[in-house]
Amino acid sequence: MSADADVNVSRPLACEGLVMGKEGVAALVDVLIRRGFTVVGPTARDGAIVLAELRSADELPYGWGVELEAGRYRLRERFDGAAFANAAGPQSWKSFLHPARVREWSADRVDGGLVITADQAAPPRYAFLGVRPCDLRAIAVQDRVLTGGAYRDSGYEGRRSGALLIVVECTEPGATCFCVSMGTGPAAGPGYDLVMTEVADEDGHRFWIRSGSREGSEILAELPARPADPETRETARAGVTAAADRMGRTMPEADLRELMAGTLDAPRWDDVAGRCLTCGNCTMVCPTCFCTTTEDVTDLTGDHAERWRLWDSCFDLAFSQLHGGPVRASSRSRYRQWMTHKLGTWYDQFGSSGCVGCGRCIVWCPVGIDITEEAAALHDWTQSRTPATESERG
Amino acid sequence: MTTVPPPLPYRVAGTSAETADTRSIELVPAGRALPPFAPGQFAMIYAFGVGEVPVSASALRGRHGGLVHTVRAVGAVSAALCRLRPGDNVGLSGPYGTGWDLEAAVGHDVLIVAGGIGLAPLRPVVHAVLDRQAAYGPLAVLVGARTPADLVYRDEIASWSGRVRVEVTVDRPAPGWRGAVGVVTALLDRLDLRPDRTCALVCGPEVMMRHTARALVSRGVVPQRVQVSLERTMHCATGHCGHCQLGPLLLCRDGPVVGYDRVAHLLLVREL
Repeated sequence: MSADADVNVSRPLACEGLVMGKEGVAALVDVLIRRGFTVVGPTARDGAIVLAELRSADELPYGWGVELEAGRYRLRERFDGAAFANAAGPQSWKSFLHPARVREWSADRVDGGLVITADQAAPPRYAFLGVRPCDLRAIAVQDRVLTGGAYRDSGYEGRRSGALLIVVECTEPGATCFCVSMGTGPAAGPGYDLVMTEVADEDGHRFWIRSGSREGSEILAELPARPADPETRETARAGVTAAADRMGRTMPEADLRELMAGTLDAPRWDDVAGRCLTCGNCTMVCPTCFCTTTEDVTDLTGDHAERWRLWDSCFDLAFSQLHGGPVRASSRSRYRQWMTHKLGTWYDQFGSSGCVGCGRCIVWCPVGIDITEEAAALHDWTQSRTPATESERG
Repeated sequence: MTTVPPPLPYRVAGTSAETADTRSIELVPAGRALPPFAPGQFAMIYAFGVGEVPVSASALRGRHGGLVHTVRAVGAVSAALCRLRPGDNVGLSGPYGTGWDLEAAVGHDVLIVAGGIGLAPLRPVVHAVLDRQAAYGPLAVLVGARTPADLVYRDEIASWSGRVRVEVTVDRPAPGWRGAVGVVTALLDRLDLRPDRTCALVCGPEVMMRHTARALVSRGVVPQRVQVSLERTMHCATGHCGHCQLGPLLLCRDGPVVGYDRVAHLLLVREL
């Protein structure tokens, strides 16, 4: 290995990355725009960190952090001026890759016949700046759902395949975060084009940046950056490691798929149903929830019709509607459907968990229902039942 | 892997009334044709501007050589489909889902149990078994309907006589009805069921399938040889809309036909 390093001096440099200041981030946004990307990143707006198209890095939420709790989200000023020291906001990248409203095709009556035309609008080429490791995993989960099966969602594929992912590792988890439990953070997993770790301390505000793809390397080469010094790398790594120890929430240490499959009749579902408003907020903010419904519309001539696809929620009564009524009429069954799917049957359907531990569902639940608390209660129930069953047998 | 295609235009070649609220619609391609359907597979049928519904093929080759679907008017789209006339156009996509496993039935007695319009997805099975009668043991068809007037394919069922053992029961008899009255599972007692040689294909309301499958298993038919066709809401048929979940299954992808051994425990959970 050391011989390799001697031959190819650029290799250790690429691995160890570069360091740049705020001007580097500004240059990054400029380079991306110059390369034709629609840059989307976090910005502070309307009392929240939201994802929006960025014209310059000045729009990043420098100096804004967040306070998160079950049913509570507040912006908080930070004195270190950090841009990315804020955990998940109300939106996720699914708003861009799998939008809430998409026209799929249109149908026209022409000369007594029917002509159906797929919507071929070319998507913008997105550069997502500030993707969290948990959200990077969420994108991978949606990739599997929408393009990993027998049928590919070509619209999603078009938006996704052109998208550049710039991850920022997490050094500031929220009180509702549990990515460590789900194995999705706070360090970045695979799949990024560039990854940054933000450090803001007495030695200055700087970003340790590495590439994960050829395009990432090309962009990196255009940035005003210097080889990463060991101190910055060490501080950055320590920040991510510390974040792992500061998760606000944790899932019970159990096989969650098994736990969900084995607790379908647990009394806890009645308990949570007494609190759940079936508003569907958790599904809207979830970065992996993918369910949609369709809407067919005609114009005033009656000869032109369109098929639109809209986000849907398993909390909606109409979601399971069959002739004769909905399959899941009670809120108990609808909450159970959501949680058992997310943590359990998702494995059966798509080979992974549907939960990445971002905590959005906890924050944006108007009554503060906490998926980790519900999982723990189900786990406790199975634990309390096991000895009883054994003693009955004995 | 295939990119999700928009529907293809199909023309209505003929329609026939099955009951007061149920029609069979024969569709022929207006241009490019879909791949062939297997018995038990379904299509998404698009009524212009109204919407799209999943419907299993009720015959793979109708009088005009097209695909036949039998539709009961229960909602806006199915009502629009029931109003179609010859020459009208629809959008059609498919074939989707798993069909009946007829290979598993080769060499076995074939028992079909249908509730109401549940006979529709099973009709192509009757056709297929009659086409290759030597490959299978005796074929028996048990049908349950709400009333005699709700019985579909009445003339065709009569034409099967001699080659197919047919038993019909109704929930509520009408004047003049001389057949059986009661649930379809009661008809099982009329058969000389050879459980170890029987392959059963069941389609109807979920409660009817649950009772039928349990009755068959209690008589000794192995659960793997009981196939059921399950129904849930579907908006895409490609595994992307999420509506058709039954526990771990996405029924558009893993169904609609599944072995009872895979779903027996799921059918016992209320509102799953």
